[in-house]
Amino acid sequence: MTDAPMTTPPVPARELPRPRHGAGFVSTTLQVGKRTFLRTVRTPQVFVIGLVQGAMFLLIFRYVFGGAITSGVRYVDFLVPGFVGTGVLFSGMSSSIGAAQDLVEGLFDRLRSLPVPRLGVLAGRVLADTALAGLGLLVTVAVGFAVGFRTSASIGSLLVAVGLCLVGSFAFTWMFVLLGVLAGNPQAAQGMGLLVFPFTFVSSAFVPVESMPGWMQAFARNQPLTQLVNATRAFSFGDKAQAILGHSAGYFAVRALFWFALVTLVFAPLAARRYEHG
Amino acid sequence: MAPIVEALGLTKRFGTTQALAGLDLVAERGQVTAVLGPNGAGKTTFIRMVATLLRPDEGSLVVAGLDVTRQPARVRQAIGLAGQSAAVEEAMTGRENLELVGRLFGHGGRQARASAHVVLELMGLGEAADRLVRTYSGGMRRKLDLGASLVGAPQLLLLDEPTTGLDPRSRNDLWDAIRDLVATGTDVLLTTQYLDEADQLAARIAIIDHGRVIASGTPDELKSLAGVDVIEVHVADPADLDRAVAFLAALGTGSPRVDRPTRSAAMAVEQGSARLLEAVRTLDAQGVAVTDIGLRRATLDEVFLGLTGRPAEEQPGEGTEPGVAPRGRRRRGGRAA
Repeated sequence: MTDAPMTTPPVPARELPRPRHGAGFVSTTLQVGKRTFLRTVRTPQVFVIGLVQGAMFLLIFRYVFGGAITSGVRYVDFLVPGFVGTGVLFSGMSSSIGAAQDLVEGLFDRLRSLPVPRLGVLAGRVLADTALAGLGLLVTVAVGFAVGFRTSASIGSLLVAVGLCLVGSFAFTWMFVLLGVLAGNPQAAQGMGLLVFPFTFVSSAFVPVESMPGWMQAFARNQPLTQLVNATRAFSFGDKAQAILGHSAGYFAVRALFWFALVTLVFAPLAARRYEHG
Repeated sequence: MAPIVEALGLTKRFGTTQALAGLDLVAERGQVTAVLGPNGAGKTTFIRMVATLLRPDEGSLVVAGLDVTRQPARVRQAIGLAGQSAAVEEAMTGRENLELVGRLFGHGGRQARASAHVVLELMGLGEAADRLVRTYSGGMRRKLDLGASLVGAPQLLLLDEPTTGLDPRSRNDLWDAIRDLVATGTDVLLTTQYLDEADQLAARIAIIDHGRVIASGTPDELKSLAGVDVIEVHVADPADLDRAVAFLAALGTGSPRVDRPTRSAAMAVEQGSARLLEAVRTLDAQGVAVTDIGLRRATLDEVFLGLTGRPAEEQPGEGTEPGVAPRGRRRRGGRAA
């Protein structure tokens, strides 16, 4: 109205029916997910910066550090699966920032005042962020091939690897959403995002775990990201995985899935609880 | 019919801050009730409780006949929230925003589209409907926000400082939109820090301070509590201030408020223009040099001062003369709740 005079006659509010009950879980999840997805696609700055950052890191490791790292196979073939795995955590940082933004801007308050299941609101956010992480993952794979990554694995096992990363993304996004809501504002959420660095670097993603000091290996070998990275790597090595990594892809995948289930079971209820009580 | 909102003894504490300290408030159906108070008085805490976003520590809160802590889901079906507590998505169009909220209220796709259309026309946003909200002016955003709270056809509309930060024209626009809604039978509970906003929209006003209702009534009742106009005088020579204060005191029933650092005094009066002329003549005849003299309406601060006998914010040593009684205290009678 500040821009145009009101020309239409007022429409009586009684043309607005009152629904008997609010949206269900699935509908809430889809609606909120669509909104989160649209927001990211139409405000792509954070998302694109994340992609550019990821590509930059990949180039640095491939061409700067790569020559100094002994990995038993061509370093680019070692690195790219690791990179795809760590992308799960790096893309989670933007979920934290997004959740903190929703909180600060009042969108969570609006959604919490509506007659919808509150877990559905968070599930929508998590699903949309998982889909966006999937897009990021495809970009990483494409850049990987561009800088010389090659694989003899079947399309099927590559797809399974991608699927496993998506499940991981879903699980960890619950944790990142909780961090974002706890942080309370986007700047703090970004700061909390730095917590991912010990997990991404003290893992098998960039260097073989054997090259680390013994006390560090204990953590690096057993933490969840290493399981995901090893599984992804094993899937991309195909038949040679058992010989190079000592175990089959399935061995690592089961361990990764165990971690994902644990992460989801711990963080989804915590996030929902935190959201519930503002 | 039972009141739309009935709050009894609500308390809420955040850490060391007592946001609500035994708030009692009844909002009747079929009218606008305004909750008026300064920043930090507990307005937003209260409206967030009504909107089921916060639980009271103690006390009872019944909205549309439903207990807010026991049946929050059903309360949510009955309310719509807009204002600083709620938001619209700026990366979506106005229409998409309303359709989203419609779907969440439980409408199917077709009904959500129809309701969005009705609300866009109702809010005068028809032409901007398919633009991204980030291109909207502040006033248009507030209208969309208000519209989003309407798509579920709520019984009770909750408006948390609906016009804070808007320019006067957008404010008037939004007020018109709210009046139209009230005319169609929606109950409204709004918070505001502006006396004139409450005056313009509300049938009843509850003034709150430090988490409690300190007075309530119709706008006219409250205005008579607050004193009608204020004459403010700045003298050129500090030595003249006491004489000026004495003249001012003779113009009304209360005591003038004196501020020595600025060499000024203020006095609440009735029939402001006549008293102002009188003050100008007297001061001139007595040879008091005046740098500024004027008539203005009582501010919210003065309403508080009048009702509570102290400024809205306790600030010892801020310059108001100690020992000088706040204006018009004796007129307050027993009306303060």
